[in-house]
Amino acid sequence: MNHALILPILIPLFAAGAIVALPLRAKRLQRAINVIATLALLPVAVALAEHAAQGEIASYALGAWPAPFGIVLQLDRLGALMLVLTALLACCCLLGTTSADARLGRYYRALVQFELMGLNGAFLAGDLFNLFVFFELLLIASYALLLHGGGRRRVRNGLHYLLLNLVGSSFFLIALGVLYGLTGTLNMVDMGERLAHLEPASLPLAQFAGATLMLVFGLKAAVFPLSFWLPQAYRSAIGPVAALFAIMTKVGIYAMLRCDALVFGGSGGVLDAFMHDWAWWLAIATIIYGALGALAVSSLKTTTGFLVLVSVGLLIAAATLQTVLAWSALLYYLISTTLCTGALFLLADTLESESTGAAPAALEAREPASLESLDDATAPAITPEADSEPAAVAPQPANAQKTLARWPSNTAGALYLAAAVGAAGLPPLSGFLGKAMVLAAMPLSQATVLWPAVLISGLLSIVALSRTGTRLLWAAPASRPSGAAATAPHGSRTKLAACALLLAGVVAATILAGLLKGYLDATAAQLLDREAYVHAVLPAPAAQAAAAQAEGS
Amino acid sequence: MEAAFAATLGVLCACGIYLLLCARVLPVILGITLFSYAINLFLLGMGRLSIGKPPVIAAGAQYADPVPQALVLTAIVIGFAMTAFTVVLSLRALAIDGSDHVDGGKPLARNRSKPHERPPRIEKEMRGE
Repeated sequence: MNHALILPILIPLFAAGAIVALPLRAKRLQRAINVIATLALLPVAVALAEHAAQGEIASYALGAWPAPFGIVLQLDRLGALMLVLTALLACCCLLGTTSADARLGRYYRALVQFELMGLNGAFLAGDLFNLFVFFELLLIASYALLLHGGGRRRVRNGLHYLLLNLVGSSFFLIALGVLYGLTGTLNMVDMGERLAHLEPASLPLAQFAGATLMLVFGLKAAVFPLSFWLPQAYRSAIGPVAALFAIMTKVGIYAMLRCDALVFGGSGGVLDAFMHDWAWWLAIATIIYGALGALAVSSLKTTTGFLVLVSVGLLIAAATLQTVLAWSALLYYLISTTLCTGALFLLADTLESESTGAAPAALEAREPASLESLDDATAPAITPEADSEPAAVAPQPANAQKTLARWPSNTAGALYLAAAVGAAGLPPLSGFLGKAMVLAAMPLSQATVLWPAVLISGLLSIVALSRTGTRLLWAAPASRPSGAAATAPHGSRTKLAACALLLAGVVAATILAGLLKGYLDATAAQLLDREAYVHAVLPAPAAQAAAAQAEGS
Repeated sequence: MEAAFAATLGVLCACGIYLLLCARVLPVILGITLFSYAINLFLLGMGRLSIGKPPVIAAGAQYADPVPQALVLTAIVIGFAMTAFTVVLSLRALAIDGSDHVDGGKPLARNRSKPHERPPRIEKEMRGE
C-alpha cells in the first residue's frame, strides 16, 4: 500500500507537535521546522497529484481495517488538486509572514501547521465522520489564527465566527446522524451505494440530511444568508492568515462537490431538487450581495472579502449544474480565484498595514457606520482634516525625499493591478478564462439568470477595486504629509515577493490553461463516475456480502 | 422508551435554540452546550435504541451498534474543547468591552448607568495574564 498518502496529514501534525513541544527560546529551531514542513508539503502534493493524474483512485486503509468498517483515506484527482493548491498557498503565506507577524502571538507557527493538517485531512478523508473531524481541526486552528494579534475587533469578530461555526458543526452532526441511521455506514462511497437502494419511505429523510449537509458546507463556503461573518472575519485577520483563509471557503465548495457526487450521486436525484431550487438561487443572491458589499466598503481587506463572496456565488452556481463541463470550469475558476484573493490579502497587509500609514486608516474611518461600528478601537488619532492639509507641514528638503524609497512602490502598484485584474475576472488573466468557462457551461435557462448577475457583479467589482486602488496607491500617498510615512512597512518586500509568486501561479494557470483544463475535465469526469470509486475503495464483493449480512442480522 | 427519548431530545433542543437566540454570551454558550447534548443523544439514538444488549461483540449475541458510541465520544471531546475555548474567548471579550452582548455594543445591565466602566475584577484577572 502506498503510505505516501498519509504524509500530507502527518507532516504538519508532527511539525506542529514539535513546535509546541520546543521551549519558547528555541525560536530559530521552531522557524526551521515550520519552513521545512511547509516546503515539504509541496513536493509530496505534486507527487500525489502525478500519481492521481493517471486516473487511478488510491485508497489507504488506516490500521489496515478494510472499508467500509475502517477509516479510509482516498486520493483522486480532485483531492490531489486541492492538496497542491493548499501547499502552494501555504508556501506563499510562509514567505509572506514576517517574523513580526509571527511574534504577535505565541504559537502562530504551530497553529498554521494544525490548519494545514486539517485542510489536507479534509481533502483526503474518505468517510463523512472524518470529514467532520478534519473540519473541526481546521476550524479550531482557524479560530486561534483569526485572533492572532489580539485586539478588540479580532476578539469580537472571532467570537461571531466561533459561535456560528459551532452551530454549523452541530447541524453537520445532525445530518451525519440521520445518514448513519438510514444507511448504517459512514464511508462516503458505501453510503452512496446504500442510498441508491433506499426504500422510498426513507427518501424524505435522506433529502433532509442532504440539504442540511449542503447548508453546513454553505456556511463554511459563505453562501448568502450564511455569509455575513466572512468580510468582517477576514478583515480582522492579519494578511498571511487571511491569505491562507482564501482556501477555507473552497473547502466548503470541495465538500459540496464531493458529497454531491459520491454520497448522493447514485441515488436518483435525492439532492437535485435542493440544488436546483434552493442552492441555485442562494448562489445568485451571494453574487449580488458580494458585489454590492464590495461597492459599499473601502478598505482593501473588506473589499477582497466581498469579492470572495462573489466568487463563492459563481462556484456554487456552477456546482448546482452537476455536469462535467460545469464542474471542470468551476475547478479552473476555483484555482484562479484562490490565488488572486490570496495575493490581494497579502497586498492589503502591506498597503494598509496597521502599524504604518495613518492616512489610509484615517480614510478607512470614513466608511459607512454600519460596517465600521466595530472599528472605533482602531480608528486613528489623526483626523482626516489634518491629513488633507499637507501644506501645513514644513516642506522637507528635496534630498531627504530622495533617500526614502517611494511607498507604495511601482512594484506594489503593478502587483495590485495584476491581482485586481485576476480577481475581477478581466482578460487576459485566468479569472476571465474561468468566468467565461463557467458562463459557457450554463444551459440557456440558467444562463438567462446567471449571465446578467455575473456581468454586473464583474462591473461592480471593477469599480470597487479601482476605487480602492486609487485611494491606496494615489490618494493616500498624495494626502500624506510629505516624507512623513513614505517608507514601506517592515517586511513589505517579502510580502510583495509572496504576492508575486501567487500571481505567477495565476499567470501560469493562464498560459497553461489548455493543459490544466485537460486535467480538470478528467477530474470532473472521474468525480461523476461513481463506479470507479466503488471499485477502488470498497475492496471486494466479499466485503459487501459481509456488510449485507451484518445489515440482515 | 422511544417517547421519553424523543421528548428529552425535543426539550433539550428547544431550550438550546431558545438560549442560542439570546444576544448575551453566557446564555449562548449554555444554549450551544444543551444543543450539543441533544445532538449527542440523537447520534446515540441513530444506532437504534435497545435495552440489555452487550455493548461489544459477544459470542452469538445481538449487540448494540458500537459506531454511534464512538461518534458520540469523539463529538463530546470536540465539543468540550470548543466550549472551553468559547468561554475563554467570551471572557476576553467581556474584559475588553465590558459588555457580554455578542455584538459588544450594549453594556452590562448592572453597569448601564456608567456605560464605559468595565467589570473591575475580570479586567484585573485579564491583565494578570
